[in-house]
Amino acid sequence: MTYVIVGNGVASVGAIEGIRKLDKEGRIIVVSEENTPTYGRPLISYFLAGKIGLDRMSLRPDDYYEKNNIELKLGSRVTALDPGKKTITLASGESLGYDKLLLATGGIPFMPPIKGLEGSGIYNFTTLAHAETLIQLSQAIRKVVVIGGGLIGLKAAEGLFDNGLSVTIVELAPRVLSAAFDDVAGKLVSNRLENEGLHIRCGNTVEEVLRGDNGDVVGVRLTNGDVLECEAVVVAIGVVPSLCPAKEAGLNIRRGIKVDDYLQTSAADVYAAGDAAEAYDMIMDDARVTPIWPNAYSQGYYAGMNMTEKKKEKHPGGLAMNAIAFYGMATASLGLVNPAPEDGCDVFTYVDEERQAYRKLVFRNDKLIGYVLVGDIDFAGLYTGFVRFQLPLTDEVKQDLKDGQPSALLWPEHDFETRWTPECE
Amino acid sequence: MRRVYPNKDFCIGCHICELACLTAHSESKDLIIAVREEQASGLRPCKAVYEKGPVCVSLSCRHCENPTCVTACISGALYKDEETGKTKYDESKCVGCWSCLMACPFGAIRRNPSKGKIIKCDLCEGRDMPACVQACPNAALSYEDR
Amino acid sequence: MLFKPISQNFNDFVIDRDKERCINCEVCVRQCSYEAHFWDDARQCVMHDNTKCVGCHRCEALCPTGCLTIKKNPADFRDNALWTPTYMKHIYKQGDTGGILLSGMGSPSAKPIYWDNLQLDASQVTNPSIDPLREPMELRTYLGSKPDKVEVEETPEGPRLKTKIGPQIKLEYPMMFSAMSFGSINFNLHKAMAMAATELGIVYNTGEGGLHPTLYKYGANTIVQVASGRFGVHKDYLNAGAAIEIKVGQGAKPGIGGHLPGEKIDEEVSKTRMVPVGSDAISPAPHHDIYSIEDLLQLIYALKEATEYRVPVSVKIAAVHNAPAIASGIVRAGADIVVLDGFRGGTGAAPTMIRDNVGIPVELALAQVDNRLRDEGIRNWASLVVAGGTRCSADVIKAIALGADAVYIATSALVAVGCTLCGRCYTGKCPWGIATNEARLKKRQNPEIAAKRLTNLVKAWGHEIQEMLGGMGLNSIESLRGNRDKLRGIGLNEVELDILGVKHAGR
Repeated sequence: MTYVIVGNGVASVGAIEGIRKLDKEGRIIVVSEENTPTYGRPLISYFLAGKIGLDRMSLRPDDYYEKNNIELKLGSRVTALDPGKKTITLASGESLGYDKLLLATGGIPFMPPIKGLEGSGIYNFTTLAHAETLIQLSQAIRKVVVIGGGLIGLKAAEGLFDNGLSVTIVELAPRVLSAAFDDVAGKLVSNRLENEGLHIRCGNTVEEVLRGDNGDVVGVRLTNGDVLECEAVVVAIGVVPSLCPAKEAGLNIRRGIKVDDYLQTSAADVYAAGDAAEAYDMIMDDARVTPIWPNAYSQGYYAGMNMTEKKKEKHPGGLAMNAIAFYGMATASLGLVNPAPEDGCDVFTYVDEERQAYRKLVFRNDKLIGYVLVGDIDFAGLYTGFVRFQLPLTDEVKQDLKDGQPSALLWPEHDFETRWTPECE
Repeated sequence: MRRVYPNKDFCIGCHICELACLTAHSESKDLIIAVREEQASGLRPCKAVYEKGPVCVSLSCRHCENPTCVTACISGALYKDEETGKTKYDESKCVGCWSCLMACPFGAIRRNPSKGKIIKCDLCEGRDMPACVQACPNAALSYEDR
Repeated sequence: MLFKPISQNFNDFVIDRDKERCINCEVCVRQCSYEAHFWDDARQCVMHDNTKCVGCHRCEALCPTGCLTIKKNPADFRDNALWTPTYMKHIYKQGDTGGILLSGMGSPSAKPIYWDNLQLDASQVTNPSIDPLREPMELRTYLGSKPDKVEVEETPEGPRLKTKIGPQIKLEYPMMFSAMSFGSINFNLHKAMAMAATELGIVYNTGEGGLHPTLYKYGANTIVQVASGRFGVHKDYLNAGAAIEIKVGQGAKPGIGGHLPGEKIDEEVSKTRMVPVGSDAISPAPHHDIYSIEDLLQLIYALKEATEYRVPVSVKIAAVHNAPAIASGIVRAGADIVVLDGFRGGTGAAPTMIRDNVGIPVELALAQVDNRLRDEGIRNWASLVVAGGTRCSADVIKAIALGADAVYIATSALVAVGCTLCGRCYTGKCPWGIATNEARLKKRQNPEIAAKRLTNLVKAWGHEIQEMLGGMGLNSIESLRGNRDKLRGIGLNEVELDILGVKHAGR
């Protein structure tokens, strides 16, 4: 069996581990556009901020590929896929045949249509190479504008600020972290960042990147007419699925590459996982692209197992989750956190201004389906258990969760016996 | 593999397992110093005793077959040891992103607030019997291969 | 500490906390069911209230830094040989409450313990001693009525017993776990006793509280008790065990009944006892259907009928002045086993005055009952069991030499699982998880551990008994029974020696 994995992110690692769990012999070829072995992509913000060095970027030990008997083709871009002939073509012209193919091509930075965005002085923040570029850049400039107040945008801003730059974050939504957080949590985080000295402009976006005579970035003009002086712009709005070569090969695509419960695409023997895939989400009960790290790994892992044909396991479904800290302020958000009124959810919130703590729980049909925690996140995992296993909640248990006292003893007896302390796994 | 199994029928809620864990993971290996000095600088037990009415139980990392914490770990600090089956933790790699803490549906990961790194049961690396199991006065924790 | 009746400050114990070692871990706070230890929010440390300490030593046993020592309160009243602090505190308490004094466990009073005045013999040169590690040593014994004579017939397969022998309890050790009702102690210990008895090949006694449905499977190692309250008694119960015991009296409180406070009656106890949850379970002082030996005979035969003569019936009485005549009547009424319970026997609750002042030492009662039954030629009609304050294997072997077939142990069994004889069993708050049915306390007894400790105890005593038997040149416990020549008294007067039927040491 020959497995070809396109991409070398965490979904790819998951797939390697999924395959090798069941098939120690099969040939595995990993093709990656990037030049480095798998690194912890979210670590780039730590790297940018100078908290860790290059030596700590790698996700797996140095002998990982050798030990797992992986053929690594770094710096190789895939240009075409022929599901009929079961081959892929590399930019070098080389053609590779496969028995099973995994598209773990990840995401590419979303570039909004903004006047003046083409040209020098515009940066992204999704790869290690981007981070290295930004570090060099911060030696040369003083002021930067970050477009995007989501997780990537804020972490980029934080890292640049730590490099001594004056940073302004511009976010279209009325608050930062609009997707993963709500107003209160967003406000707590933006206060924290502003207290450190970062500037945040919400409800605004960049209308035009202003350039000088030589073409260098000199500032941006916002929709409200304000002009912010800067020497560079970092576009960190998020990522969109990288669809090459899936699109050209005619695979079924909506936002991402559509996959079934087993992570298989519309083409036989072709699987997809990670930020490129549009897969089932357990809370939304629908397929969607959830570009987060743990999903990518587990999708890769299940895809890998299924590709061996030795097992056919349904992926339990994705679960949106983000844990991130801003200058010591820990936050966690998981599942559905901003339900629409028609979702019929019961939302509980608790704010402790003094301790800068916030807790939001979203219940639907007597189950917990999402939460946001700021400050006190030590019990996050216990809340996660209620979401992940969709444990039924009595009023009493619900109250304990609201009171910030989740506990494994609140699990239904049967779940505790079978999940927490199973006789065997 | 051998795991630590709690028995909530006979957990008496004394919290001695936590103290044993604290001592076993301390520099001094001395309970009094561990509590008075090392705890102040961030040392925490990997175990937690939960109570609900008269019922209590002492829990820690289950060393899951397919651990969610490992999937969530962005730094490679958490990994599954192929040989022993343990879910291992390399503190030097942890960046304190708390992803694992959130992802673990068993709530078995804690924070070392001073170090900004996680704390997780290692089944007492280097000991034959985890300290908590050994210290439990009522055999409410067992270390066995089920 | 302040603002309570003055007398309550004359506490028995003081808690000594070594602040050098205390880490404020609150293990003591969680363990003390009397709330003597507490978290002091104002001082942000663990503190204690000496007046609440009952001296159970649970905190001391579990303190992980060993910083606690429970000491006797050194505060002394003026010396007075008559008015000792014990009596003064009794009076203070009664001045406060107007009630009778209650006590748990057997009498602590300093009355003669005859076991301590008896010495065993050992072989020298002649009739050489036997090494139990090298040679067989029989501890097995059978309780039940033995025939006056046995007839044997020759068959091609060899000799065969022609006489039909009545039902017997087979014991691999001459010891049994004595009656402690489910309710007075909790299910975990009942289960532990059942498990240990099964493992050891002995029996335990249910006491007057019925038998929990899940313990019926240990029936072959169970004596089911029928007492004056008839709690938990029904046909299945009677047929569940290896024997039935009619409890007429208890050594710790001869002449009075039992009282299990409502607080100890939870759902399970209620179902097993067949009384409502939370209601006091009161066993009357007499059996209201027994006012004569003839009445007793009727009950014995009613029980034998109910069990189709499959199991022996035992009758237990407290050791009192007329024990020999009563025992004779009991045997003649058809009992297969007679149990004598001495005044040092334990209890969950007894009026202090009765516990400390009623009944006689079991050693004396045993010797006299054995004599009486022998004199009447009916000793073989029933086995004789003693109970009440057997502290060690030497006590057991001395009892057997005095005439007992086996010994009931209860207090020593409880000590084996942690009991420190603090004597507050009647509060239902036993910090060792023994005399309590409170959910958070009873789980302190893990039946697996408790069963192991009980098994260890009996095995250890068994080894010691074997050693002592071997030392006397005997190779079976039954060869020692009633063999008072193996005993000598020390420090006893002529009357005592006469009653015990032993010679003074040196004779």
